[in-house]
Amino acid sequence: MKPYLREKTAFSFDEVPENTSFEAGYLVSVNSGWRSIRPVIDAAKCIGCEQCYLYCPDGVISVRDGKAEIDYDFCKGCGICAKICKIGAIRMEAERG
Amino acid sequence: MSKRFLSGNEAFAEGIRLAKPDVISAYPITPQTIVVERLSEMVEDGSLQSEFIHVESEHSALSCAIGASAAGARAFTATSSQGLLYMAECLYYASGGRFPIVMMNADRSTALPWNIYGDQRDSLSQLDSGWIQAYAENAQESLDLALMSYRIAEHPDVSTPFMVNLDGFVLTHTYETVEIPESEQAARFLPAYETENRVDFENPKNLAFSAGPDHNYIFKYKAHRGLLAAADVIAETEREFAEIFGRKYSGLIEQYRTEDADLILITLGSIAGLCRESADRMRMQGIRAGVIRIRYMRPFPNAEIAEALRNAKAFAVLEKDISFGNEGTVFTNVNSALQKAGLNIPGQNYIGGLGGRNISAGNIEAIFRGLVSGAPRVSFIGIGGDGSGE
Repeated sequence: MKPYLREKTAFSFDEVPENTSFEAGYLVSVNSGWRSIRPVIDAAKCIGCEQCYLYCPDGVISVRDGKAEIDYDFCKGCGICAKICKIGAIRMEAERG
Repeated sequence: MSKRFLSGNEAFAEGIRLAKPDVISAYPITPQTIVVERLSEMVEDGSLQSEFIHVESEHSALSCAIGASAAGARAFTATSSQGLLYMAECLYYASGGRFPIVMMNADRSTALPWNIYGDQRDSLSQLDSGWIQAYAENAQESLDLALMSYRIAEHPDVSTPFMVNLDGFVLTHTYETVEIPESEQAARFLPAYETENRVDFENPKNLAFSAGPDHNYIFKYKAHRGLLAAADVIAETEREFAEIFGRKYSGLIEQYRTEDADLILITLGSIAGLCRESADRMRMQGIRAGVIRIRYMRPFPNAEIAEALRNAKAFAVLEKDISFGNEGTVFTNVNSALQKAGLNIPGQNYIGGLGGRNISAGNIEAIFRGLVSGAPRVSFIGIGGDGSGE
């Protein structure tokens, strides 16, 4: 299951749950602000082997239509996916701005 | 209803047998060991159908109980002293996650100097961990609290873990005649634990998640509100307990001859009986003395204590604790209760029983006499004012 961001991020007191349990996959804020480099997938090279999906420590890679995709809202830019990719389909690029 | 001759630890184990936890995870430590031994025997002989998990430390014991509670199970653990301090990190996970685990703590001195005997510095150091904290006086109350604690902790308005404290050795290891309720009565009193706050394969959830600066404080406020709500739930639970089992309890505090008392001694735990006897002796000497036993340190009985002290001329707090560099923590809490009620009553703080040192009837009568003469504000029994040796 991929995590997803709710559009609404301001909550009233009563909308915050009583305890720390809530529907799965729900996240309230983008969590990638300190990323200095980002993985970029070359879709032409990607063979959908799922190695990057298996190794990603933050679970932000999914495979759709045989190609890997990265959720940049939660990717921390660690670069493990680029290291593990045997065919060199992932390169790390500097974040700008 | 049967009667048996049991120690505090054994009585507590009987209460837990009646509460039927699904999971027990515990690591042995003196003077708590016997409660865990008895429970393991009950699991072994089949009289308690619990999963008994042997763990390698107190940190694991409570972590395991948290995991069980997060699976929707009723969980129990027990510890003491350094074990409680070792699991301190997990205390906050349990309360923040609103997991209604029950833990028995055998109140014991903290190192160094290392010591296995009873004082209350272990549990009182964890007042801010978000747990309900009760202090038992005798073996019967220990059993009854074991049973009541789950009902209070699991109440939907509360959803807060519950620590029941028994004075090490003085209560855990001394024997009394204890009434043991029938299991049918217990089942009527304590329904099965139902919660949405658990792993559910049909309805997947995030559990025990993080919350950033935008929302974190709301969770903390709700945990605080849950603990405050425990006061009413305790009263309601004790009413129903009295109806089913015939024994009455008096909520967050217990009062003895306070109605007309000039001098009131406030204490907690097993020393209260000796305090009541001393109050009787003071009254024979013409001094109107009374005693308040604090049964719950969290939620703290602010209003109850202020009301009980309203007409007193002076009060003392006798506690087996010292917050180094200040005073006894119970004294600090009592003074705050009085300040909030707009009461300015002179109070003195007696620190006693540290490392299991005996508190005698003579010590307690000296406390009452000190309230007449105006002794120093903070005194260590056996040493003197402010611990300076004077």
